[in-house]
Amino acid sequence: MDDQRFGLARKVTLPGLLRLDGGGTLSGVEIAYETHGQLAPDGGNAILICHALTMDQHVGSVHPRTGKPGWWAAMVGPGKPIDTDTHCVICSNVIGSCMGSTGPGSIDPSTGQPYAMTFPVITIRDMVRAQAMLLDHLGIATLKAVVGGSMGGMQALSWPATFPERVRSVVVIASTARHTAQNIAFHEVGRQAVMADPKWRGGDYYRHDDPPAAGLAVARMAAHITYLSEAGLTEKFGRKLQARQAKGFGFDADFQVESYLRHQGLSFVDRFDANSYLYITRAMDYFDLAEEHGGLLANAFRQSAARFCLVSFDTDWLYPTIESRHIVHALNAAGRAASFVELSSPYGHDAFLLDAPEMNRVVEGFLRGGA
Amino acid sequence: MTASLRPDLAVIAGHVAAGARVLDIGCGDGALMAALRDERGVDARGLEIDAANVAAAVGRGLPVVQGDADRDLAGYPDKSFDYAILSQTLQTCRAPDHVLDELLRIGRRAFVSFPNFAHWRVRLSLLVGGRMPVTGLLPEQWYDTPNIHHVTIDDFRAFVRERQVTVEGAWFLSRRRLRGAAGANLLAEHAVFLLRR
Repeated sequence: MDDQRFGLARKVTLPGLLRLDGGGTLSGVEIAYETHGQLAPDGGNAILICHALTMDQHVGSVHPRTGKPGWWAAMVGPGKPIDTDTHCVICSNVIGSCMGSTGPGSIDPSTGQPYAMTFPVITIRDMVRAQAMLLDHLGIATLKAVVGGSMGGMQALSWPATFPERVRSVVVIASTARHTAQNIAFHEVGRQAVMADPKWRGGDYYRHDDPPAAGLAVARMAAHITYLSEAGLTEKFGRKLQARQAKGFGFDADFQVESYLRHQGLSFVDRFDANSYLYITRAMDYFDLAEEHGGLLANAFRQSAARFCLVSFDTDWLYPTIESRHIVHALNAAGRAASFVELSSPYGHDAFLLDAPEMNRVVEGFLRGGA
Repeated sequence: MTASLRPDLAVIAGHVAAGARVLDIGCGDGALMAALRDERGVDARGLEIDAANVAAAVGRGLPVVQGDADRDLAGYPDKSFDYAILSQTLQTCRAPDHVLDELLRIGRRAFVSFPNFAHWRVRLSLLVGGRMPVTGLLPEQWYDTPNIHHVTIDDFRAFVRERQVTVEGAWFLSRRRLRGAAGANLLAEHAVFLLRR
């Protein structure tokens, strides 16, 4: 494609200021993104995909640090449910993250040093505003759809509430309209693990090239448990021992589940920035879409004519089905066209990232229904 | 369009005004909704309890939410639909009286269809066989039937009368064909009522 704005490994510096919910502004905001497929001449086939907490713009391309395929390669691609033969798919790294978009690890132009903890606390809506500015850059006035799972679903819900005219359909998978006390509690455990690591140094660790890896790994381990189900863990690991015949009567990783979690923690710190983890979990904890609309969730959806599709998974205890049902009730109250299904899966919250034929069928059918 | 629909749905489809807003409660795989949308330009929304049915309906582009008529109707505003439809679902509700109230609150009018438990074949099965009837119309055994509140046409007539609900129309079916109101409680397998409060 000749147009340099489209393709893989793209980056843009947004013009002007990004005004933040916290009252501050960011200037010179960089957004790293990728696009797949051809934008129709009328721009009517654009689909924005919003990523989860630790994901990034590599929805359909090989990850540069891990070498793994795109995080939603089962959902997005030629002939896939979100078909890039017929759609132009855009996925951008959220602000606050660490894969090329402006975040706490970026250089503050006013000091020439990394922002670290001087980076402003951002919200889900701030992420969405930055995405809208990216769409301005791409010349896309209205999205055919915005699609997201988990934190991506929070952004997807924020889209019609923030830009009612700019989105025609909304897909929200394994997500919620607000963080509960339990959600906040788990995130706080993770943040405290990072901050308790002496290498965190009040967030000012970038120049030491020795990040708080131990703290971030513990944060990831705790969070990872919430992404799985008890049944899934039992099926995968049970009480099986790791590469040994008997318990070691020590504190090595005796159990396979311990070894697995340690691996999850260690591999995470190679690809993620600890301060980004603090900022993005904060944004999720601050998310309460009803609160932004006078305390009534239905009010968030009254201005938009968009259609909605929600999917939950029966073993997801991070954002359980009841949270999706709250959203559906609000959509009904607002008179919006809504689809919702709870799918069965043994994989807990992470089910949305795996190849789930029924989810694929629902998403594909929903998107086709809006053609 | 109506030829391929279940007979009670065909009756309902034939009496919904073009361009109306419809909530189909217990919409199954969305057969009625699809027919109404495609043939009459109806804005049809659905509620269905079974996940596989919901996935099938959403897969054909229909706005259907998974939910339970007993529990998930409260969020819909008053008179937000021209018609609320409850087909072959009343007898499965835990609180059919409450669901009917909700139907008449949400819809300006309501269609209700149900299998008639006083049909002669059902009566005969109970009278002669002494067993809970298992018929083409009621194919499940007593222990696995979803039908927990069996109702007859005369029961339903008395029920709406007591609750001062207006009957705007009533259709009776046996062997997939319409029949008259006379003797319907004995001779009709299905009934469809159009109600208004």
